[in-house]
Amino acid sequence: MKRVLAALFAGALFGLGLAVSRMSDPNVVLAFLDVFGRFDPSLAFVMAGAVGTTLIGFRLASQRQRPLFADDFQLPTSRVIDAPLLVGAAIFGVGWGLAGYCPGPALVALGGGIDSALVFVPAMIIGSLIQRYGFSARM
Amino acid sequence: MHPWLSALLGGVLIGAAATLLLLLNGRVAGISGIISGLTQASRREEWTWRAAFVAGLMIAGGVAMHWLGQTNGSPASVPFLIGAGLLVGFGTRLGGGCTSGHGVCGLGRLSKRSLVAVLVFMGVAVITVFVVRHVAGAAP
Repeated sequence: MKRVLAALFAGALFGLGLAVSRMSDPNVVLAFLDVFGRFDPSLAFVMAGAVGTTLIGFRLASQRQRPLFADDFQLPTSRVIDAPLLVGAAIFGVGWGLAGYCPGPALVALGGGIDSALVFVPAMIIGSLIQRYGFSARM
Repeated sequence: MHPWLSALLGGVLIGAAATLLLLLNGRVAGISGIISGLTQASRREEWTWRAAFVAGLMIAGGVAMHWLGQTNGSPASVPFLIGAGLLVGFGTRLGGGCTSGHGVCGLGRLSKRSLVAVLVFMGVAVITVFVVRHVAGAAP
């Protein structure tokens, strides 16, 4: 139960951060990505604030033997820079640049009942299922 | 509040949320992975925390965006939204992460793999916006 409440709280804080930082507005995201047009650098500050915090926070958290409410830390172990990483990131970049939504902000907008997220999020889930059941074995 | 200051503050909240999830539950706040985990058979406990995280994200974020008067949707048309959604879902799973997993968490862990992913998806997204707005000439 503690783990579920902790996840609920962390999710809520994450969602609040996405709204406060205006990441949940695709127009702001697209203006950040429009480096050669009407560039709005705001989102660089979101990244700076978030990564600055995790750089310190993760270091402090990982000094513990184990997390407070769970048996172990489960961190990604892969270090390889391979074709799926590069191709996957590139495909994600095209989608992000077309709509201005990445997964977190899209979920926030869905929670806010925004029309474009009602279209985008189901398509995103279908895309992840296509990857899992259609392509993962071949790559 | 100046947009750069609210951006910085929002970023700190995002980083604090990711730190809390790691400190309390020992899990990485990669949103594409958390959503993907919801459509996968797993131990009940592993499913439940993901559902709780997504519920918190959608409810708090959804309420906050209305409270802050930010209710803009995407300028993309419905066919492009569907295409973009498919690409984001497919690409984040193939590449093992999105802006949160590779960006916020991966960079915080000083992962070279995540740094490469972030540079690729940022670079490609910039090129995509350039092509849409300045080559194809779609409305900004």
